[in-house]
Amino acid sequence: MYYDKLIFEISTEGRKGYSLPKTEIERREVPDHLRRPDCPGLPEVSELDVVRHYTNVSFKNFGIEKGFYPLGSCTMKYNPKINQDMANLPEFAGLHPYQPLDTVQGMLHVYYETQRMLSEISGLDTFTLNPYAGAHGEHIGLMIIKAYHRSRGDEKRTKIIVPDSAHGTNPASATVTGFESVEVKSNADGTVNLEDLKSVLDDTVAGIMLTNPNTVGIFEKDILEIAKLVHQAGGLLYYDGANLNPLLGFARPGDMGFDIMHINLHKTFSTPHGGGGPGSGPVGVTKALVPFLPKPVVKKTSDGYSLDGETDLTIGQVSHFVGNIGVAMKAYAYMLTIGKDNITDIARFSTLNANYIKESLKDDFLLPIEGICKHEFVFDGLKDKSTGVTTLDVAKRLLDFDMHPPTVYFPLVVKESIMVEPPETESKQTIDKFIEVMKAIAKEAKEDPDKVKGAPYNTVVKRLDEALAARKPIVKYKDLLSE
Amino acid sequence: MHKYMPHTHDDVRAMLDRIGVEKLEDLFSEIPKTLVHKELDIPNSMSEIELREHFASLAKQNTPLIPFMGAGAYDHYTPSVIRHLIERQEFLTAYTPYQPEIAQGTLQYIFEYQSMICQLTGMDVSNASMYDGATATAEAMFMATGVRRSKKILISATVNPNIQEVVKTYALYRDIEVITVNEEDGQTSLDEVKALMDKDVAGLIVQNPNLYGITEDFTGFKDALDEHKGLFIMNHDPSLLAHLKTPASWGVDIAVGDAQTLGVPLSYGGPYIGYMATTTKLMRKMPGRICGVTKDQDGKRAFVLTLQAREQHIRREKANSNICSNQSLLALFVTIYMALMGKKGVYEAQQMSHDHAHYLHDKLLELPTFEPAFDKPFFKEFTLKTTLDVDKMNDVLKEHGYLGPLPQKRFDEAKADLVTFAVTEKRSKAQMDAFVDIVRGLS
Ligand SMILES: Cc1ncc(COP(=O)(O)O)c(C=O)c1O
Repeated sequence: MYYDKLIFEISTEGRKGYSLPKTEIERREVPDHLRRPDCPGLPEVSELDVVRHYTNVSFKNFGIEKGFYPLGSCTMKYNPKINQDMANLPEFAGLHPYQPLDTVQGMLHVYYETQRMLSEISGLDTFTLNPYAGAHGEHIGLMIIKAYHRSRGDEKRTKIIVPDSAHGTNPASATVTGFESVEVKSNADGTVNLEDLKSVLDDTVAGIMLTNPNTVGIFEKDILEIAKLVHQAGGLLYYDGANLNPLLGFARPGDMGFDIMHINLHKTFSTPHGGGGPGSGPVGVTKALVPFLPKPVVKKTSDGYSLDGETDLTIGQVSHFVGNIGVAMKAYAYMLTIGKDNITDIARFSTLNANYIKESLKDDFLLPIEGICKHEFVFDGLKDKSTGVTTLDVAKRLLDFDMHPPTVYFPLVVKESIMVEPPETESKQTIDKFIEVMKAIAKEAKEDPDKVKGAPYNTVVKRLDEALAARKPIVKYKDLLSE
Repeated sequence: MHKYMPHTHDDVRAMLDRIGVEKLEDLFSEIPKTLVHKELDIPNSMSEIELREHFASLAKQNTPLIPFMGAGAYDHYTPSVIRHLIERQEFLTAYTPYQPEIAQGTLQYIFEYQSMICQLTGMDVSNASMYDGATATAEAMFMATGVRRSKKILISATVNPNIQEVVKTYALYRDIEVITVNEEDGQTSLDEVKALMDKDVAGLIVQNPNLYGITEDFTGFKDALDEHKGLFIMNHDPSLLAHLKTPASWGVDIAVGDAQTLGVPLSYGGPYIGYMATTTKLMRKMPGRICGVTKDQDGKRAFVLTLQAREQHIRREKANSNICSNQSLLALFVTIYMALMGKKGVYEAQQMSHDHAHYLHDKLLELPTFEPAFDKPFFKEFTLKTTLDVDKMNDVLKEHGYLGPLPQKRFDEAKADLVTFAVTEKRSKAQMDAFVDIVRGLS
């Protein structure tokens, strides 16, 4: 039975779902001129009402533990349970952020060691864990680029180069940091076009944002050349390390010549996405840029760990406290569980899985870029374009087979993009099943295209009218009542 | 083999054969040899037993103290139910709801969350969350300066200094000038607002309760801003909005804050959850995700992310903000909190914080070492002047397992004798009496 109630719709006057201690302390009133005259319209429900409601609501979601989740650019790997248990330990979860340093040394150890391991893995000098997510990391990384140029009195560098294949957050982050973003075209294989790059490099360029392997899963072979060109022009290189899987233990952005990067702990380092956060987007920098890191910085001293804020060059504070440290704890537990003895296998197996799917499906789906990919790749829709079945239709049909579809219509440089990322935690059986289903959909598209176009059939709701939602926004329960 | 990686030798062989390469390393042959790294200096893998032992030893190096401090992180009660529900894998392990047909769970709780935030703040529309209260305030500044096409904004000196810092950091790199409005007897000076406002200023940022815990009176602020079309931005503790006048009733255009106060554990400062709500007029200028109602093909009610033409994945450099992942699971957290506490519970719990805070306030003032700093109403946090050595007091309190009040000198040397206490519904009379006894023993 489909559960379609909102919590407000099961509210019954007089019910309650909480208990509070009795108190003998005298009641005082809020002064009249500051007092709210009415009562906020929150629901009135019992504890079991709440538990059943959200349990039933949860059934309408698809999570990693239900089935395959090859969502490109998102690294939907298994989220280990032990990490959650460690992050919930009361000796960590119960700490106030302003507690004296000698009462939080265990927590600061987690912060320091996490940043140290990330530095080692990525070949940069120091990381801050203060950024809350990937996009926040980009914003902070770009602030560092700006602060660096300003500290040298170089005020004319107003541009950030962003490839056309980049994630949307890259150009948006450039804007919120007061930069103008300049797009460079990609080659047919998605790599940076060196001639195009040279033509935009001058002394107004503050830096470039790249990801390697790039968004279509291809390793940027000319990366050392690119780094040289950008550095010669006086710019800095920013690495969008949201998805680091294929490099782990193989190659390090720092060694490639990158000056700054962020990592999404909620991707490569297995922390759960939570339906869209909380994430964590640590930012790493070369030694020369360490003084610019946001405050506070966790330092290791002979007296234990300290929190330090006052370097002259710091970009300032970017989070109220030290970021989503509870998320970093899970990544720390993950890194220790993987260890140096297994870390390279993450790169190997995620890359193996991606290439295996690519080779298995390229007769049915259009492969715009041949050759070995890294941890992910894109198809440009179905190979047979005569059926009229689009990427969206394929994605919706996949929903009927208890699999999460790949990322669709990103990157924008591939028109009918289907971006597949099968993480290392997936078995050959799971992957073979996906291949089988994808082939079946391709066949169905030829034989019965309308069937595919009408999908999904087995989900709790059918295809949605997204235009209606935007035309007449109903964004809260009260709007529904006045419908 | 590792427990998180299932491939057997035979699996790998079969897969490599399909790809047509000899060995796994062949998949990495294009990486320049000079880049291939030797061995990483990180520890060897731990078993689950070893990992638990390691965390247990780290846990021993932490001592959670009983807080009598707030300053942006408040020790409110967390009902057990919440943790159990948010850790259901359907919520915990899902991505952003980009495929709405299999993400109705996430979308529905976002809708409920938005509805509840609107109920508390009185605003028309809420987004699906921001990172924290400080970054939400900075985003509100971007929104206001964008709407007003201005490069100047006012911020009250009574806003929590960390929030001020974050706002100023965000502003600095976008060449926005942040002008401080001085305080007058612990409150934002309306006269200064009037003096500093002009048509080139995008608006004003205030906080309620403010850095001293004072519940400010904003009578006259809206008019002063309206005169120059300035936007009114208020950072407000949402847990107090069953008692206090809503941001909407003060005429606020953008309400923001940290919803950590809705039962989210202290967790050394994160994850918490920023909220943002605005008027219908400004809805399309708001950053972040918004969930709306629609219908499916069969006419069934359903939820979907809407007005996405504001966001980075569509608008790229022209987007309202760069925010992508937010604090979604925490939105679920506070939604369940608000559902459990309901219409009466938020009020009753915070009435208790209020009454207990006033009890402690009066008890401390009975001591010769404390006197009032301001004669202003407060809610659960209050500031006193003390003749005690603040660091020594807090050291002694720590030895007894308490986190003492916030020394205001942390932010401003000139306020060396001011300390700010916070009390929630979790602080019992017995705890407060014991706390006062320790302080009484100091001189
Ligand atoms: C390549 C890339 N860059 C940046 C981001 C932004 O990360 P976040 O959502 O954590 O802000 C993402 C994730 O969506 C990504 O895939």
